[in-house]
Formats: sequence, structure tokens, C-alpha cells
Amino acid sequence: MSTFLGIPRARVAGPAADVAVGQLSGDRPFPAAAHEALADSRLRRNLAHATSTIRAKRAAVVEEVPDWEALRDAGSAIKADVMARLPELLEELEANVQSRGGVVHWARDAAEANAIVTRLVRATGAKEVVKVKSMATQEIGLNEALEAAGIQAHETDLAELIVQLGHDKPSHILVPAIHRGRAEIRDIFARQMPGVDPALTDEPRVLAAAARKYLREVFLRAEVAVSGANFAVADTGTLTVVESEGNGRMCLTLPRTLITVMGIEKVVPTWADLEVFLQLLPRSSTGERMNPYTSTWTGVHTVDGSADGVPDGPQEFHLVLLDNGRTRALADELGRTALHCIRCSACLNVCPVYERTGGHAYGSVYPGPIGAVLTPLLTGLTGGHDPNDSLPYASSLCGACYDVCPVKINLPDLLVQLRAQHTEAHTESHRLPSAEATAMKAAAWTMADAGRFAKAGRAATLARHVIRRGRPVLPLPPPLNGWTASRDAPTPPAETFRDWWTRTRGTR
Amino acid sequence: MTAREEVLGRIRSALGDRPAAPPIPRECLRGGVHSPGSPELALQLVDRLEDYRATVVRVGAADDGDIGRAVGDALASREIGQAVTPRGTPREWTGWLADVVVDEGQLSARDLDAIPAVVTGAVVAIAETGTIVLDGGPLCGRRAITLVPDTHVCVVRARDIVQTVPEALARLDPQRPLTFVSGPSATSDIELDRVEGVHGPRTLVVVVVG
Repeated sequence: MSTFLGIPRARVAGPAADVAVGQLSGDRPFPAAAHEALADSRLRRNLAHATSTIRAKRAAVVEEVPDWEALRDAGSAIKADVMARLPELLEELEANVQSRGGVVHWARDAAEANAIVTRLVRATGAKEVVKVKSMATQEIGLNEALEAAGIQAHETDLAELIVQLGHDKPSHILVPAIHRGRAEIRDIFARQMPGVDPALTDEPRVLAAAARKYLREVFLRAEVAVSGANFAVADTGTLTVVESEGNGRMCLTLPRTLITVMGIEKVVPTWADLEVFLQLLPRSSTGERMNPYTSTWTGVHTVDGSADGVPDGPQEFHLVLLDNGRTRALADELGRTALHCIRCSACLNVCPVYERTGGHAYGSVYPGPIGAVLTPLLTGLTGGHDPNDSLPYASSLCGACYDVCPVKINLPDLLVQLRAQHTEAHTESHRLPSAEATAMKAAAWTMADAGRFAKAGRAATLARHVIRRGRPVLPLPPPLNGWTASRDAPTPPAETFRDWWTRTRGTR
Repeated sequence: MTAREEVLGRIRSALGDRPAAPPIPRECLRGGVHSPGSPELALQLVDRLEDYRATVVRVGAADDGDIGRAVGDALASREIGQAVTPRGTPREWTGWLADVVVDEGQLSARDLDAIPAVVTGAVVAIAETGTIVLDGGPLCGRRAITLVPDTHVCVVRARDIVQTVPEALARLDPQRPLTFVSGPSATSDIELDRVEGVHGPRTLVVVVVG
């Protein structure tokens, strides 16, 4: 049985998504990928357990905060302010990073960002890098680009390590290995982790200890680290990474060279603005009052602040500012609000669709409700056969995502707008209108006239003879069967409302 | 055209509708109910630290010698006799340890990996979130020394405890390399089951003074 989402169906070649590139598109539309995921009972069990656990944790720590709604309002307004003043803020950030000894690079797209990072790593002579978990570098496919250049990238976040060792793809923004249970993770470690004790058990504590032992040696020898950034403060030039395990601190502290890849939308105006986000993010994301470690750095540091003092952390710092489709989203008045996202993943954990399909079905590194809007905003809707065209339909529009979003992104509105844009793009790229468009046109013509509407209503009552318990008695022809394949067909009453009104009250 | 010019140009044209920068509502609470250093905040800090599996030792209105005894006891009970400490901590704090290495920047990451513990101060602590903040200064040391050793003993003075995150940020200098620490290193990456102790110090002992 297929899941009919009301997506215009006919397939002709549309223009390929050409603005953002990288790991933002799957190889098939959402319904096809979701169909497979739904059949995997182990996946559904893992997801249901993980999302319900984290939902409860988040709810408990949000409850503690008396001014939560005021914080959300402030977070939303600060982000809207950032978008309105983005060019000035980025120039201010650049100047402040440079004045503290950092080097700023700009990248139009994923390929350019990968080329910049590869060139910087090569210049150090290093053959390997350690990585802090980062959505931006996932998005641009940096690991693959480095590998092609003969540079090994070590993911050091536990979940990213599980994904990397398992030759797998991340399926969640915060916990990318959420689709894996402990037994599967044990098997991946036993098979793939160099030097691991083959007798290790599947206890999370044992698995975490194995990762610590394996990565400790990698951290101690690493000369180059690559990170993303949660926030960058324009008026001070300060970068921020929020994490739990300490792998981030290792990467940001021990290697001589640090390269940070950051989307242009991550800038915030002032140091004081961080106070809002450092309250919103941990509670929304991991459901903690504060995550174990938050690191901030401003250019390069020495112990006494002098240029020739004892070094504290990397002595070479590069910041790569990434567009990769963000300016495309920015051009849309509503779409630019998707750039407010602070990647907390609260929307994934409450989404009834995500909870059942998991992240892989979305094809993009950004899954769930935010992925269903952000991905097509970055890559563009084609109206053709691009898999991302199906993402705005991957929602029941229940609105739970909007309620939990710490920066109040109106995800249901964005989904509806993108569906409308997709319908228009589809009309533009097809000579024949879709069945849905034809049906809507006929409905509009019928409803425009009271007489026609009354006749149509009476005609519809006849359909009650061919519907039994929500199913048509005879199979419907396409495309109508698509609708009833996953929905009950309501049985029309014997009498229309208009006829009933006229009969009972019409004479008064 | 350089990438910089092109990206900035794209942003400016994307903002062709000149969206107004909205006023930012600042109704959220900035200050706490309790003033910094009050006994209520010390209690709240202890509660939150313990909730995230840090070990807390309370020391009354104490001099540096008393702090040293508490630090020594905490490490001795873990059978640790050696620790690294930054230059700016009072020598009494590590007075009860058999082997104290004062960091002058001479220790490599591998050297630090062979040292079991680190003893530092903190510049600020946040009661509501159970957070201690290190600023890389004389009392906290450069970032590597509080990262590589497996046990971190951190001395927090009551006067440095604030209630809220905004109060803490207002006291901090962003030009310093800052580390906000809330409990020992942890992960929830396996089935959302929280495990304390991954790459950072697996044991965090906080000595709350006053």
C-alpha cells in the first residue's frame, strides 16, 4: 500500500537543485523511503524509546523555567534582527576574529568550503584531522572530500563515531545514531574499532569507555581539528561550541590548528545575546539545565594574553563562513525564519512522522520538521522529480514542532507555504495539470454558484450506495484510488444539509 | 568577484525587501532572586551539581589551609597522590598532596595524560544550572590542564556563585577562553541512556567554600 500524500505525481525532468549542494538529498522521495523505514520494527522500537525518553526530559527542565515563553520571544526576535542586519554583523564578526589573530574565509557552496578546508589541512602537512560533531560539515560532505584528498577525518562524538564506523548515515541532529540499539552498537565496535576488546559488552558505560580509550590516542597526536559553531558573537569575535562528552574540548584545545566551518546564519549580535541561547539550547536539546561543556574562544589565546605568551589552545585559527543555499532561503520572507534554527532537534523528538520513519527517510542531513522545510529552502523546489520536493508533505501539520521550538519557528506555516510553492512549481513545469489541480478547479467552479453546489450535493448522496464501512464497493480508478488507499471514504448521508434545512425550517 | 563579495552581495539582494530589525523583548529574567554569595545559592548549586553526578565537598568559612585539607581528602579517598595545578592557585590548596606539578606551560598533552588529577579554582559558578566557569586565567589554568587528567577538583568560593546564566555572562570577559562545566563529561548517545564519563574528566569534585 502506498501512502498518498497529495503530492502532484506526474514525473518530468525538472531543473536539478542547483544552489545548495552536499548531503542534502536522498535518492528517492520521502514516501518511498518512509515505506521501507516503517517496515523495520527494530528501528521503530529504537526510535519510540529514544524520542519518548528525551521528550520527557525536555518537558521536565522546561517546566522549571518561569520565563520560558519570554526567552523564546527574545530568541526569536534576536534571530529576526540577525537576518535583517546579516551583512553588517558578518563584517563585524570578520573584523573581530581577524583582530584576534584568526583568518576568515568565505565559501559560496559546499564544494568551495571543502576545497578551502582541504587546502588548509594540506598546508599543515597533516594526514588526519579530529572532528567535533557539526551539522555544517555533515551538510557539505567534508569527510568524503577530505578522504578523496588522502586525509582521514576522525569523528569524535560518540554517536558520530558509531555512524562513521558503521558506514552509516546520521538520522538525528543531536543523536545521529538514535536508530541503533546497544546490541547493534556493540557489534559495530567489535568489528570496526581498532584495538577494541572483542569481549566488550553492550552496556552503554562499557561502550563509552571503549570509545574513550580508542580516541584518547587520536586526540593526543592530532595536529588539526575541524569544528562547527553553535554561535558566533559579532561584537567580540567569539565562537561557541556546546557539547557533552569533552570530545569538543579535546578538539578545540589540543591540536595546533583549528578550522571552524559555520553557516552564515549562526552569528548573534552581542555577547549578552548568548545568555538567551545558552538557556534555550540545552533544555530544548538534551533536556538538561546545562550541557556538560560549553567552550568559547576568541581568535587565538595565550595564557597571559600577550602575543608571545604560553599558548592556550590552537595557535592557528581559521573560520569558514558558508552560504550553500542560505541566501536562497533568506530571500523568502517566511523562509528566512527557518534560518533562525539553533539545531536543538526538539522538533524531531515531538514529530509523529519522525518518530515512526526516523531520519534516513528524509534523505537530507537535516531530518524531521526543520529538515522538511530547511532542506527544500536550501536546495530549491523544482516541481519536477527532485526527492526534496516531497519533503514539505512529510507532516501531519499537527503543530507540536512549533510549540517546542525554542526560537518559535512557525514550522506548520512554512510547510504549508512550501506545499503551495511546490504546487505552483509543478504547474509551471508541466503542460498537463495534475489530477489534484483539475479536481480543485472543478470544485471551485461548482462552489462558485449556489445552484451548481446544491445539485452537486444531491448527486454526491448517491455515492452512499457504493461505499461500505469506509471502503468503496468497487475499486476506484486512478488517481482516486490513491486517496482511499490510506484513508476511509466517508459515506455521504441520504439527504444534504441544504435539503434537510429546507424541509425542516424552510417554511418558517 | 571574490567569494566574500559574492556572498555579501547575495545576502544584500536577498534582503531587498528591507526587513525591519524588530525590537527585542527583554522581559526574560536576568537577575536571580538571591544575591550572589547567599547561602541559598550555595545550597542550590550543591543540589544541581549532585544531580549531574558531580561530587560536592562543603567547607565552612575556611582559610586556604582548610581548603587544602578538603582537596587532599577528596583525592586521597580516590587513591590519588599527584595533581597538576595552575600557577595562580594558593599553594596551600595542594599542600596535602605528595606530588604537585605546577603548570608553567611546559607540559605536553601526553605529559598531562600521565597525571591523574588537576586542582583549580573557578571564576564564576551558576547555581540554577550547576555550572562552574573556567576562564584560562591564573586560578583556572590553560584549558588543557582541566581537560586531560581524569579527575578535576575545582574550588568555588561562595561570593562567586550567581543564580542565573545572564548574571554569569555579565561577569565574564569574552576575550578569555571560557569553559562552562556542568558535571563530569557525559553522553546520552546510546539509547538516550546517560553515561557519565567520556573524554573529559570522568570525576568532578567541587569544593564549595563558605
